[in-house]
Amino acid sequence: MNFDFSDEQKQMRDQARKFLAEKCPPKAVRAVLDGNAPYDKDLWKGLAEMGFLGVAIPEEFGGAGAGHLELCVIAEEMGRALAPVPFSSTVYLAAEAILLAGNAEQKKKWLPAIASGQAIGTLALFEGKGNPSPDAIKLAASGGSLNGVKKPVPDGAIADFAVVAARTGSTGRDSDVSLFLVDMKAGGVEARALTNLDPSRGQAELAFKNCKAEPLGASGEGWSVLAQMLDRAAVLMAFEQVGGADRALEMGRDYALDRIAFGRPIGSFQAVKHMLADMYVSATLARSNCYYGAWALSTNASELPEAAAAARISATQAFQHCAKNNIQVHGGMGFTWEFDCHLYYRRANATALGLGSLSYWEDALIDRMRKRNAA
Amino acid sequence: MNFDDTPQEAAFRTEARQWIAANAPKQYEAELSKSSLGRISLKKDDIVEVGKAWQKKKAEGGWVCLHWPKEYGGRGATPIEKVIWQQEEGVYGKLTQPFQIGEGMCGPTVMAFGSEEHKRHYLPKLASGEQIWCQLFSEPAGGSDVAGLRTRAEKQGDNWIVNGQKIWTSGAHYSDYGLLITRTDPNVPKHKGLTMFFLDMKSKGVEVRPIKQANGMQEFNEVYFTDVVIPDSQRLGSVGDGWNVSLTTLMNERMSIGARLATGFPEIFEFCSSLMTDDGPAIDDRATRAKLANWAVRASGLKYTSYRAVSALSKGERPGPENSIGKLVAGVMLQDIAAYAMDLQGAAGVLTGAAEEEAAGQFQQMLLSAPGTRIAGGTDEILRNIIAERVLGLPGDIRVDKDVPFNKIPTRGR
Repeated sequence: MNFDFSDEQKQMRDQARKFLAEKCPPKAVRAVLDGNAPYDKDLWKGLAEMGFLGVAIPEEFGGAGAGHLELCVIAEEMGRALAPVPFSSTVYLAAEAILLAGNAEQKKKWLPAIASGQAIGTLALFEGKGNPSPDAIKLAASGGSLNGVKKPVPDGAIADFAVVAARTGSTGRDSDVSLFLVDMKAGGVEARALTNLDPSRGQAELAFKNCKAEPLGASGEGWSVLAQMLDRAAVLMAFEQVGGADRALEMGRDYALDRIAFGRPIGSFQAVKHMLADMYVSATLARSNCYYGAWALSTNASELPEAAAAARISATQAFQHCAKNNIQVHGGMGFTWEFDCHLYYRRANATALGLGSLSYWEDALIDRMRKRNAA
Repeated sequence: MNFDDTPQEAAFRTEARQWIAANAPKQYEAELSKSSLGRISLKKDDIVEVGKAWQKKKAEGGWVCLHWPKEYGGRGATPIEKVIWQQEEGVYGKLTQPFQIGEGMCGPTVMAFGSEEHKRHYLPKLASGEQIWCQLFSEPAGGSDVAGLRTRAEKQGDNWIVNGQKIWTSGAHYSDYGLLITRTDPNVPKHKGLTMFFLDMKSKGVEVRPIKQANGMQEFNEVYFTDVVIPDSQRLGSVGDGWNVSLTTLMNERMSIGARLATGFPEIFEFCSSLMTDDGPAIDDRATRAKLANWAVRASGLKYTSYRAVSALSKGERPGPENSIGKLVAGVMLQDIAAYAMDLQGAAGVLTGAAEEEAAGQFQQMLLSAPGTRIAGGTDEILRNIIAERVLGLPGDIRVDKDVPFNKIPTRGR
């Protein structure tokens, strides 16, 4: 047993941290937040040049072929820096979908484009309120064309292609769902940006009207691929969340050391210290659950569904907890637009919902634990 | 990142498993697997005696204090092998409770500060469970504020004469030896006038009085010292260096990671899986599932945090105070889990008898015992201070007594 990242993986994390500290300061996040650009194009290009976009994409498809543990450490840094780029939608969702279900041609077309930063991808799953479920997928696919509306779709307004979950049957079974690939530039789909809690990462509505689409994976296999995709993305997103949680904790700690009230640093008051200690506890539990998730993801272990749910829940809780208490430690200044606390608060609460809400994953975890116990 | 055993680890696991299968006291397996926090006891037999027999057998096979050097009764095993052993020992690990303070705290302190002769004489018997050790730190006037202790040791020739009182001493009533911290100089600030010793608990002038706890059990004690004579040769560390010695003890407590930390989660998960309510199995209820999931990720988070610490340890890194999170998380969990299990039992949740109620009263006993977990070995508040100060680097609390000679610290006459 060795329950830690390797020295090489840690070096990669340091490299990513250094790169992002330089190329993605809070000012860059704010530029997107304030609506000056839909995402940070320079940063996206830089990430491609660093090889971070294709870190888990095999070399034959233009990636670095490193693997998912490497992707985990980069995800953590992306979360820490609140990178305002379509990384999670493109890398955790779209690229993973193609790796899991794509045919040789699809892989050849899209994976090198992702790795080089030329293609932004996304997953069009949700259709309004609710959590991931085969029943909630109404968008119809017939004769190779799609009709219906998806929202929210992360980074949908800037995506070059989308993986779309569609209904291809009416038996009431999971096999009614199939996945499709849509080239967003080929027509038949209209994207509309939606306002959202965390404008540093866009959300959109995609309206499909007789939109031509090619199948991704076998017909009727959509839900089983989606379930795997969501588990894999849950681990990767959990690393982003842990990165964000750690940064929010550090911000709170630094402010508590710096800010003087009643003649002493506020970090010397137990009320403040204990709040920060509790944030540390959440972040540590989440990190440990994430490491287990990373192991399961990288080895495609049968424990992945359970490990992914645990990592997802723990990291969601930690990021929300650290982000909200970071504001509390900062007091009034934490509630200003000028201070960066709200950027983390927004990201924490937005990432808590993207792949299905906390209660969805809680439910999933208990189901999976029962299944294991019954086995 | 690798969870699988290396070939060596796998071989070690097989060896441990086979040895346990051939030697474990299987007649207690069912009873032990049902016992959780606050009710580790056997119906017909004395748990300490059964524990001693198991410990002795393990010692003969070389399966105690695994990470200790062989010459002191250990096995010279790696930190990971120790964890593997604990995983394999499973429910029988519950029998080791009387020996944990000795293995985790007293033994390592003797190992760090004792003479070679002492180490060879005392440690193997400690390891084999033949002699049980307790830790005499807390006092009525020094609980969280350990350095505020008042038990006096005064030099008389080659001996020290000890007078005073300790409290909350777990297992003192069945211990053979004790690790004792005393005040040897009251004229200097409190942390500077302390000295550490070990002593024979059967020494003249040592009186052990059991304390009846809020949960009805008697696990800890008051220990009174009246002119107890301790030879200077039983001093651990320099005179006046007792505080530093005690930090070694406490640090070793943190290094005895991978330890069996009860969270109550396996019990509540099993209980909710089997409990039928008017609306079906409790585990199908939305609110119950949310609570279970929350506890599940805390329990797994603690488990993997300890694995991370073991990995660090096996690379030669020293686990730090970040391991303080274990008891902080587990204590509250036990209390919340117990209360929720009783809530699910409704009016019958009030009954504590062992036989007739749901889950044989285990959650009721857990509820009554959990407050002790949140206090013993560092209260939740002290643990938060440790995390805040030593991990996050926040300033210490303002300590008005820190630079004052001990005998000038106000006491309000108490």
